[in-house]
Amino acid sequence: MQEKRYYQKEIETMPVEDIKKLQSEKLVKQVKHVYENVPYYRELMDKKGVKPEDIHGIEDLHLLPFLTKADLRDAYPYGLLAKPLNECVRIQSTSGTTGRRVVAFYTQHDIDLWEDCCARAIVAAGGTNEDVCQVAYGYGLFTGGPGINGGSHKVGCLTLPMSSGNTERQIQFMTDLNATILCCTPSYAAYLGESLTEKGYTPNTIPLKAGIFGAEPWTEEMRQNIQNTLGIKAYDIYGLTETSGPGVSFECEEQTGMHINEDHFLAEIIDPETGEVLPEGSKGELVFTSLDKEAFPLLRYRTRDICVLTRKPCSCGRTHIKMSKPMGRSDDMMIIRGVNVFPSQIETVLLNEGYQPNYQIVLDRVNNTDTFEVNVELNPEQFTDTVGGITALEKSLANAMKTMLGINPTVHLVAPKSITRSEGKAVRIIDKRKLHD
Amino acid sequence: MSLKQLTVFVENKQGTLVDITDTLARHNVNIRALSIADTQDFGILRLIVNDNATALKTLAEEGYLIKTTDVVGVKIGDAPGKLSKALNVLDQNGINMEYLYAFMSRTEKHAYVVLRVADNLAAETALEKEGFHLITDADVAKL
Repeated sequence: MQEKRYYQKEIETMPVEDIKKLQSEKLVKQVKHVYENVPYYRELMDKKGVKPEDIHGIEDLHLLPFLTKADLRDAYPYGLLAKPLNECVRIQSTSGTTGRRVVAFYTQHDIDLWEDCCARAIVAAGGTNEDVCQVAYGYGLFTGGPGINGGSHKVGCLTLPMSSGNTERQIQFMTDLNATILCCTPSYAAYLGESLTEKGYTPNTIPLKAGIFGAEPWTEEMRQNIQNTLGIKAYDIYGLTETSGPGVSFECEEQTGMHINEDHFLAEIIDPETGEVLPEGSKGELVFTSLDKEAFPLLRYRTRDICVLTRKPCSCGRTHIKMSKPMGRSDDMMIIRGVNVFPSQIETVLLNEGYQPNYQIVLDRVNNTDTFEVNVELNPEQFTDTVGGITALEKSLANAMKTMLGINPTVHLVAPKSITRSEGKAVRIIDKRKLHD
Repeated sequence: MSLKQLTVFVENKQGTLVDITDTLARHNVNIRALSIADTQDFGILRLIVNDNATALKTLAEEGYLIKTTDVVGVKIGDAPGKLSKALNVLDQNGINMEYLYAFMSRTEKHAYVVLRVADNLAAETALEKEGFHLITDADVAKL
């Protein structure tokens, strides 16, 4: 029996009607705050002919204009800031691989509410102040480490701020200090599991009881695998830098979708083509509106993640709406080893390096790590008669891609015109990872 | 002076070599010597043929990535130690070698070595100075 099942019981189990009322009140205020303090969004609203007075509650949400990642890049760095800098205490940032970084600002209030969200996730995974929480997400600009770290403090766990990598040290601290909760990316959890197994640990001798894994897509199969290897229950967590970080939504013991922290985030599903709001249960693009952020409030931010929202009574007692695991992306972005990669970036590198933009990306997952291969047609002018000459070209192209993307691909040069030119849309990406089935 | 080698990029796909040799046969091109350097993903086929122009044209028409590479052809006696002597000449003159392959003559008591070196002219000069006879495309066509 768990003595403490919620971090903020009153809010997490609030009757749905009350949640909607609370959201309506907060939305009116948030829209007013944004309109008054963010000229960039005010202009978007003015262009659409919407005034803050037109927003009476969540039923009017659809009147507001969308924000996209492109807006965030245009407005970099201060364009969407809604508070003076002297009231902000922190920034976090995306990896910036798609061009300009997105920088998110936080007041102390914003950090508090973000950490509350993470604390709810930890408690939902069974965390209490008796637990030792090993945070193996990266610390720094990446939101994973700092967010979970703050949540872990709020729950009262003994927090191990490990950051990512250094597997030997992770294992040493885990086993010496009896870590009971592990927080990291699912692929790293799987890797740690393998390393522990190699060292002779079994699910019974690994001290962990739960894991909170997110920041990259993973399958139900991978969950089973991790659960079996580590002898834990593995919980999914979702978030994005733009909205705060991890903890926008999280799984409870039912493991059937992630409860969205609806007192802070208002979720919609839209048709990615038309922007039309779709009814509950439809598959579409997830859109978030922050409800009580001070420094970096975003109204109707399009996440590009495709998923489904459902509000069915949950056995855990939480009333907040659940989102499915993202089933894909509404654009052609790939997430490879946790890094966002766009095909257009590959094209840019090829053109810069004197190649035709004829390529094929092959993604697979081997031993729970993404493999990333790019086949590129050899430029006849660069063809040499030695193997060393060709492999040097491959290496130099791989390096150029690494510089642009932040991750290392394996480049294969292939014969000119050998990459299938299908009529119409070329098959540029072959993803064998089966993440969304 | 130098000898021309045909260099073809071949993907590791079944039937590629058959297709190349069939194409050459159809156009009456005789292969004198060949060598393949291969990796897991691709191979580089090097050919010495009796009719470079035809081979180049037909293989290019078939869609192969093909180019000519200048190499050094040396005639050496068909006896132990002869190749070693030629290679020593290169070594003593500090000429780096990328690869080599050899073939026999049908009629004469000679072998021919195809050398791909960093500096063709230096290699040719050094070899001739030591009394080696170099072969050209015209010689190969007559073989």
